[in-house]
Amino acid sequence: MSEAAANTAPIVKPKISRDDWIMRGAMILIALYLLICIAFPLYALLSKSFENAQGEFIGLKNYITYLTTPALSWSIGNSFKVTLMATVIVMFVAFIYAYALTRSCMPFKSLFKGIALVPILMPSLLPAIALVFFFGNQGIIKEWLFGAELYGPIGIVMGEVFYVFPHVMTIMLISMSLSDARLYEASEVLGASKIKTFFTVTLPSMRYGLVSAFFVAFTLIITDFGVPKVVGGQYNVLATDVYKQVVGRHDFQMGAVVSMALLIPAVFAFIADRIVQRKQVALLSARAVPFQPKPSKAFDRIMLAFCSLIGFIILSILAMAAFASVVKFWPYNLSLTTKHYNFKLMDGGGWDSYYNSIELATWTAIFGTAIVFFGAYLVEKSRGFQQGRTAMQALCMVPMAVPGLVLGLAYVFFFNSPDNPLNFLYHTMPILVICTITHFYTVAHLSAVTALKQMDPEFEAVSQSLKAPFYKTFWRVTVPVCTPAVLDISMYLFVNAMTTVSAVVFLYSSDTSLASVAVLNMDDAGDQSPAAAMGMMIVCTAAGVRLLHMILTRGIQSRTQAWRKR
Amino acid sequence: MASETAEPYLKIVGVTKKFGEFTALKDISLEVFEKEFVCFLGPSGCGKTTLLRAIAGLDIQTSGQVFQKGRDISDLPPSSRDFGIVFQSYALFPNLTVEKNVAYGLENQKVPQDRIKTRVAELLELVGLPDQGRKYPAQLSGGQQQRVALARALATEPGLLLLDEPLSALDAKVRARLRHEIKELQNQIGVTTIMVTHDQEEALTMADRIVVMNNGVIEQVGSPIDIYSHPASPFVADFIGTTNFIDAKLQTPTSAQIGNFEVSLSASPPDLSAGQDVTLCIRPEDVLTGSRVDGAPNQIELGIHHVEFLGSFHRLHTDPVSGDTSLMIDVSVARAREIDISVGSRIQVALPAEHMNVYPARG
Ligand SMILES: Nc1ncnc2c1ncn2[C@@H]1O[C@H](COP(=O)(O)OP(=O)(O)O)[C@@H](O)[C@H]1O
Ligand SMILES: [Mg+2]
Repeated sequence: MSEAAANTAPIVKPKISRDDWIMRGAMILIALYLLICIAFPLYALLSKSFENAQGEFIGLKNYITYLTTPALSWSIGNSFKVTLMATVIVMFVAFIYAYALTRSCMPFKSLFKGIALVPILMPSLLPAIALVFFFGNQGIIKEWLFGAELYGPIGIVMGEVFYVFPHVMTIMLISMSLSDARLYEASEVLGASKIKTFFTVTLPSMRYGLVSAFFVAFTLIITDFGVPKVVGGQYNVLATDVYKQVVGRHDFQMGAVVSMALLIPAVFAFIADRIVQRKQVALLSARAVPFQPKPSKAFDRIMLAFCSLIGFIILSILAMAAFASVVKFWPYNLSLTTKHYNFKLMDGGGWDSYYNSIELATWTAIFGTAIVFFGAYLVEKSRGFQQGRTAMQALCMVPMAVPGLVLGLAYVFFFNSPDNPLNFLYHTMPILVICTITHFYTVAHLSAVTALKQMDPEFEAVSQSLKAPFYKTFWRVTVPVCTPAVLDISMYLFVNAMTTVSAVVFLYSSDTSLASVAVLNMDDAGDQSPAAAMGMMIVCTAAGVRLLHMILTRGIQSRTQAWRKR
Repeated sequence: MASETAEPYLKIVGVTKKFGEFTALKDISLEVFEKEFVCFLGPSGCGKTTLLRAIAGLDIQTSGQVFQKGRDISDLPPSSRDFGIVFQSYALFPNLTVEKNVAYGLENQKVPQDRIKTRVAELLELVGLPDQGRKYPAQLSGGQQQRVALARALATEPGLLLLDEPLSALDAKVRARLRHEIKELQNQIGVTTIMVTHDQEEALTMADRIVVMNNGVIEQVGSPIDIYSHPASPFVADFIGTTNFIDAKLQTPTSAQIGNFEVSLSASPPDLSAGQDVTLCIRPEDVLTGSRVDGAPNQIELGIHHVEFLGSFHRLHTDPVSGDTSLMIDVSVARAREIDISVGSRIQVALPAEHMNVYPARG
């Protein structure tokens, strides 16, 4: 046959096996889930922003009103101002902290790593409440602000720096530990000074990590609602504005408009971050030799001092939150009591809201992990169906770009619509579970993908040659091998379901009040000590789950070390 | 090996595989007979694995057909085909014991438990690992893992065994031993086998027939001896063993001019005409030296430029014959005692016509 003949030979259309059908069917189901739970609600939100209160289409009128009412559009500038300020500060602090952990020989590194993660366990309302006890009108060290007011930009910046520190620090830590020791050796051999090495090797090799950390911090801060809610005072930012429009003024249309204003920067930051991450992956493929720091007395001491200071601040904020929850009557009677934990007497739903939170977190962890892991498996390991897989992959990334408040409000519009057959879900536990899974879908999906990518790609091929259906190999090989990752994902979902406020604040009902929402409501009512107490319940639960996760992971690792390669 | 007239066990017709714009396989046709051991041999990236995966149905070809035992399997998924496969990575399930790995395929065939047990024991015996069944793959050496993968692939008694570089992850000693063992095993159970390798020695020692591939096309198919002594192209001659490439001009179909020498040839391809530039290939060990030169045609006297000692023989590099073409000549240690092979001395050699292959001039 000639070349030309080969070109015109009929294209072979592969027959689709039973496995392929099942996998595609399952993938379409999960894609449908994501469409219903993210794309449709966002569309509902978008269309709401073009309607008046009667539901008639009025074009850009709401947006024009928004932009021409200074009292409303004021918050755009505010949001950007405090976000940029907090981002710069947290980047600076986290950089030095991560630098100390990777490039010095100071002692207690793992302790400092642990302390840096403490803020993850708290709903962002809680550090803000602790700040009130430090710097508020009756704060113990309010003089330290030299007469400035906590409520407003200062409080927001302080709270946000605390809240996003672990996320930013982790990104920097990873980025720093990836850099190649050989470059440092080369630089040393060439006689470059430490400072020159820092600017010619360290910083350039971290550039993607730094950019990524910037965007992550920016997004987390601009979309955070807990901190400005507690210490924002009269200083409006986008996130509190959404809440005020919807909960305070019942102006859903304006709420939708402000949500769009919040969504746009988040989407931009997200896209920029994805572009940068892709570049970093390309950089990674070259095999690097990990850097080993050499002891240097003075440098190590400075780094130890810095980390101790930051660690001390983190722990004292936690300690203040704990103290606030047990102090009898701040600041007049500082004796201790457990009465604030008697939530029955408070509005906010009492202990029921705590139990509801546990329930929410448990369902989120169970169903979320199952859906996310199986979905990631299908995207990674199914055969053919390239366009379907690419579309699914893209859909899995969308939730990360959507701030919790925006998602929550979108759910209100979508699920509360009388025309929606899913309307029965509104104000139930399932809708909270669905919303929370969706909110945290992307990060969980990415960790599942990472774990799956580390598996031999030929497992599926071998299992097909042995005529094993894919679900058998999934269940007998993939899941057991990925158990640590599965545990990581479920813990991530559990802890976030416990601490999140933003996505669920529009969706809970009197029967499904949640602990984090209770913190918000009690703080709103001026009951700061009970709010701190509920916050501490969340912290303790999240910490307990982390501990349990650690024990489980250790147990599994030692039970399976016979077959796991070290 | 089956006779030429027998129905081939596997028949590949006009298979082309494209990855986007890139064509990894160009119109490949091939037949494999029952109980045969065939090696796909070629440099890395030439499309061997792609062809193997098309046969397995793991990455189905863009166009062309595959028949197994006369059945058209071109568009079938792997689960509807009949083969066992061993990958370079072995892809053993790490969390299952050796026994469970080997039993994996049998379980899917709903074989009763006690039957599975005896079959697994049988297979482990066959691959020489009778008492390693309870261990995990990570607790075995590379060579042992390789054998487990082989046992797993053979467990369901497939009609076709596919091996993708099964030995390349092992060190040289183990590799040499396993070569022999795999070949032995294949003989014993008589399963039709296709093995992919880029290692010519592996292909030469194991295969009944070798399929030499390059850039997505088949360069030559033949027995190891056939391919070694009558390479169909300069590429094959170069890729398998060592060869001298000599620039020459064809005078008549049976003679050529190398610089100032004229040599006779046994035959040249009919598509070459007199006066055309050609390349002559002759293997260093086929160049006659010492007493064997006496009376032989195509004698040339050459200066010795450089000598390599390679254990059982010396390899002489001569001064240029024509242009910058010099010759490599292998001289056994025994023969080296009877002639002077010191650098700078001159040596009388003969280029036997029957060992000289003629090709159109390269590039
Ligand atoms: N999935 C793929 N996508 C794109 N190109 C591929 C893919 N698989 C193989 N190729 C290309 O096809 C060619 C042949 O690959 P392969 O069959 O693996 O070679 P080898 O002979 O080393 O086994 C290579 O150039 C490779 O880059
Ligand atoms: Mg290959």
